[in-house]
Amino acid sequence: MNKTEFLGIIKDGISGLPQADIDERLAFYSEMIDDRIEEGLTEEEAVADAGSPEEIIKQIIADYPLNKIVREKMKPSRSLKGWEIVLIVLGFPLWFPLLVAGFAVVLSLYVCVWAVVISLWAVEVSLIACVPGGIAAAVLFFTRGQVLQALAMLGAAIFLAGFSILFIIVCKGVSKGMLRLTKAVLTAFKSKFIGKGTSE
Amino acid sequence: MDAQLKRGLLDVCVLAAIKNEDSYGYKIIKDLKPYTELSESTLYTILKRLESADYLTVRTAEHEGRLRKYYHITQAGINRLEAFREEWKEVISIYKFVSQEEENE
Repeated sequence: MNKTEFLGIIKDGISGLPQADIDERLAFYSEMIDDRIEEGLTEEEAVADAGSPEEIIKQIIADYPLNKIVREKMKPSRSLKGWEIVLIVLGFPLWFPLLVAGFAVVLSLYVCVWAVVISLWAVEVSLIACVPGGIAAAVLFFTRGQVLQALAMLGAAIFLAGFSILFIIVCKGVSKGMLRLTKAVLTAFKSKFIGKGTSE
Repeated sequence: MDAQLKRGLLDVCVLAAIKNEDSYGYKIIKDLKPYTELSESTLYTILKRLESADYLTVRTAEHEGRLRKYYHITQAGINRLEAFREEWKEVISIYKFVSQEEENE
């Protein structure tokens, strides 16, 4: 791959960004390649050394702040004509509820994901809370002379203590997975806007 | 290494690389190579962050018929490096303490 091809792939991959940002990125990678060539590498070697363009695109997208993308996309590329403004105003009762519904769907998905995580941790907390509770009940039974019940309570408390420790592993795993999932969804969402079909 | 910690460390690494004289992208990567592997995209993000924090300024100069960006550390950047060294004195003494405990075991 030569330098032009390399920069071309990156350019296509981030074509949704503001022009100034694209130019700056391309100038940066171009300078890096030129500096390698100056050091004695061939153009091919210099490009290979700079890394895979797909990886670079992925990282650019992941690093790009979401609010900047949204702001960029909200800006109309040309000024609106009079009849378009009239249409937008008249269509308000139609598109506004749709927009709200769209946001609501996204928000509810988000809430669902985190509800799972929160409820798992709630179970964990209640498991832990059972331990001192069980021990207290055991002491109470013991002072009343009900030794069998006291032993049963103590056994249950110890079992729950062990179980809660194992359950922490489950909670942690699920939380981490969910975090990774939301991050992946966000990156995929962003690349929809930034890329030109080059996203995965 | 913890991502947040690594980010902070890379920031000061880049500042240190331009401390004595202005430098450019590829040279920064080369200078840091013996200490840490830094990809170009990562460097770009770091330079942007340091620039918006006013730790460095950028100027474009001609070199061999093409343009090259040079990065220059500001007083705020020098102060940041100094603050980092102060903070890490404590970290290093803790590290020594922890390692010493391990040797005695």
